Amino acid sequence: MTVKVTIDGQEINARAGEAIVDVAADNGIYIPTLCYTKGKPCLGTCRTCSVKVNGRVMAACTIPVSEGMEIDANGAEITDMRKAMVELLFAEGNHNCPSCEKSGRCELQATGYEVEMMVSRFPYRFTPREVDHASKTIWLERDRCIFCQRCVEFMRDNETGQKIFSISGRGTHARIEIDTDLANKMPAEQVREASDLCPVGCIIDKTQGFDDPIGKRKFEVKTIRERVLEGTHR
Amino acid sequence: MNNYVQSILAHYHLDKTRLIDMLWDIQHQQGYISDQAVGALAEGLNMSPIDIRETLSFYHFFKDRPFGKHKVYLCNTVIAKMKGYNEVRTALEQEINTSFGSVDSSGMFGLGDANCIGLSDQEPAMMVDDVVFTDLTPKKVADIVSQLKQGKTAAEIANPDGADSKDVAYVNAIVSENIQTDSKVLFKPDRDYKAVLQTCLDKLPIQIIEIITDSNLKGRGGAGFPTGLKWRMGRDAEGTEKYIICNADEGEPGTFKDRVLLSRSPKDVLLGMITAAYAIGSRHGIIYLRAEYWYLKDYLQQQIQNFRDEGLLGKQILDTAFEFDIRIQMGAGAYVCGDETALIESCEGKRGTPRVKPPYPIQQGYLGMPTSVNNVETLACASRIIEEGASWFNNMGTDESTGTRLLSISGDCDRPGIYEIEWGTTLNEVLSMIGGDNAKYVQISGPAGDSLSVAKDGEREFCYSDLSCNGSLMVFDNTRDILGIVRDYSEFFVEESCGICVPCRAGGVDLMHKMERIIDGRGCQQDLDEIISWSKLLKGTSRCGLGTAAPNPILATLEKFPEIYRDKLAEQKRPLLPSFDMDKAMSAHELAYKHLVQENAE
Repeated sequence: MTVKVTIDGQEINARAGEAIVDVAADNGIYIPTLCYTKGKPCLGTCRTCSVKVNGRVMAACTIPVSEGMEIDANGAEITDMRKAMVELLFAEGNHNCPSCEKSGRCELQATGYEVEMMVSRFPYRFTPREVDHASKTIWLERDRCIFCQRCVEFMRDNETGQKIFSISGRGTHARIEIDTDLANKMPAEQVREASDLCPVGCIIDKTQGFDDPIGKRKFEVKTIRERVLEGTHR
Repeated sequence: MNNYVQSILAHYHLDKTRLIDMLWDIQHQQGYISDQAVGALAEGLNMSPIDIRETLSFYHFFKDRPFGKHKVYLCNTVIAKMKGYNEVRTALEQEINTSFGSVDSSGMFGLGDANCIGLSDQEPAMMVDDVVFTDLTPKKVADIVSQLKQGKTAAEIANPDGADSKDVAYVNAIVSENIQTDSKVLFKPDRDYKAVLQTCLDKLPIQIIEIITDSNLKGRGGAGFPTGLKWRMGRDAEGTEKYIICNADEGEPGTFKDRVLLSRSPKDVLLGMITAAYAIGSRHGIIYLRAEYWYLKDYLQQQIQNFRDEGLLGKQILDTAFEFDIRIQMGAGAYVCGDETALIESCEGKRGTPRVKPPYPIQQGYLGMPTSVNNVETLACASRIIEEGASWFNNMGTDESTGTRLLSISGDCDRPGIYEIEWGTTLNEVLSMIGGDNAKYVQISGPAGDSLSVAKDGEREFCYSDLSCNGSLMVFDNTRDILGIVRDYSEFFVEESCGICVPCRAGGVDLMHKMERIIDGRGCQQDLDEIISWSKLLKGTSRCGLGTAAPNPILATLEKFPEIYRDKLAEQKRPLLPSFDMDKAMSAHELAYKHLVQENAE
């Protein structure tokens, strides 16, 4: 079934049930995301895709389009709210792009550029976070975790189906955890999958470093916005 | 060592949705949940140990390290602090000889904080193991601790006459009901439950839904969703099973009405669940009871058993084909589980993380099936409406808010306790009822609700279109430090944030720090402007009601008492903000210089 919606005044025909964020991308309107992975169940954790739906702020990955929806994706207020989400993440964790292996292919960094963040309006926390390097395959750099839950929800041990990653604690005490035994069993391609799935440099493949030179890195070759709009960014 | 875990696993048929029950059983047997126990659970349930810990570490009352033979949690709400909390806290630390957050050297006592434990009318109060102690004084604390040291159990001390925990006398020995008004809808004595259920089953389910719809009953948990509509949606929803959940996770600070309903009129609530089940077509009910109310568990279980014995629960209810039964799911200490989708996650043995909506529980809830989650009071009201009819209920209250509202009253008033008021009653009328003559500020619906100025809001009415109160009403007179109260509320939201979404997890902390800055006299107009802007951000973008409500106490008191904020503001004389501490900012440089240059030179 087709429904009519408007995004930023543009009338759009869309399939009922499709998420706002995908409908927007299909029609040339970029809405940043950090937890959403196209084709997988939405996680609704990062709120970086917040838009106004009939005047109410909602996460565009969580809301299916329905007839007559009026969506404000790029108004001044909502654009600033999305920017604030990214700024909150930069202030909450310890993100030092120049020394990070993920720099240039980090979705948080790329999204920071897209929302035109210069500095966080929120006070930087500098909370000490412990690195977990016990696994043979993965270096868990907790400073950079944004609690998107992608690894928690989408990575499973091939043999048992058990969780390899999880979150312990709650609120400000939340912490990403890795099961060392299961991580050690991960084949090389699954390790790479986990590292690619991580939107930041928290899950680092121990065999991978600064592979591409500056200027030729993923989001320098093509920006995250371009990838989303041409449908090549997951 | 793992034998007891094996028998627990077998008892729950290796069903991972019962993980919270298993963790409770282990903790009750062993005192805490050890690494070995986690490993055994993980193996038995085909989960990784970190997956077990994901649930275990979410809940306040689960301990993965020894936390004493007796676990003592002192309630630290603003109400407790007005009633002698500090003296009791000091006394506890002295008597137990340890500090909060730790275990004493003998390993006998673990001492911790708790948010509201549903006893605001008898604070200071503390939980010890499965019971609570109320109206505490340093002397009373000394006496309790000394009896525990002598080997008595907490239950033996709280219930000296030895009443059976299945009996209401046990509950009444531990806590007071403090019901201050005569029955209108709720607390009706001597009901003939069998006769009421017979009149219910004599009608068609759709007729029951029509009666509830005609009564205009709205959800009493706070959101005010029409109960009849929810049940109709539940009936229409497709599912091989359907579930009724009674939300008895009464965690909003200041409220305790559900505790009193469950002790005085538990069968009203059970009958409400049966009615809902009949209307929707459900066979399974769950009462999600907060861990803070553990002392109600055996009693409630007995009430359920009584209904089974009388043919009101189980198979072939009142000799019809209708079957329905109820189990109790204990919580484990998480305010966010009051959110219906977080509560469902918790019932499934997981972290109490609010789900992404849609879908709503009435379409896909517990185990993915249509689930009607109703508040304790809503269900009790429904059972009365079935007995007396929709128009009887409609004649009370106002046109849009029918019936009555239970208020849990605490703070600066002569007669705290439970009051049943008709909707439409004004704040001033309530204040005169409770002896709150000196009230200046009233917080309704808990920290997540609204802040009222008696001078400005006294004539406003309790009703869904104006003061849609969820039952919590805390009264403060003009001696109270409003900014301090608001700061406490901000901290409460930080502590109880589940952490799943960015604005609530990260932004809540920034709001709390802003409040501290204002209170310290280091805030300026820019800080106030940012408070408002960041509050708007949290309200707009947070995933569930906790994050959207977290800024409420700040925004509402800023609107009602702007002068107390203004009086605290520092003037910005230089380009730097008054909160910027140049000496502190430079101290790190001095330290580094000392370390790197001077010490190396030596």
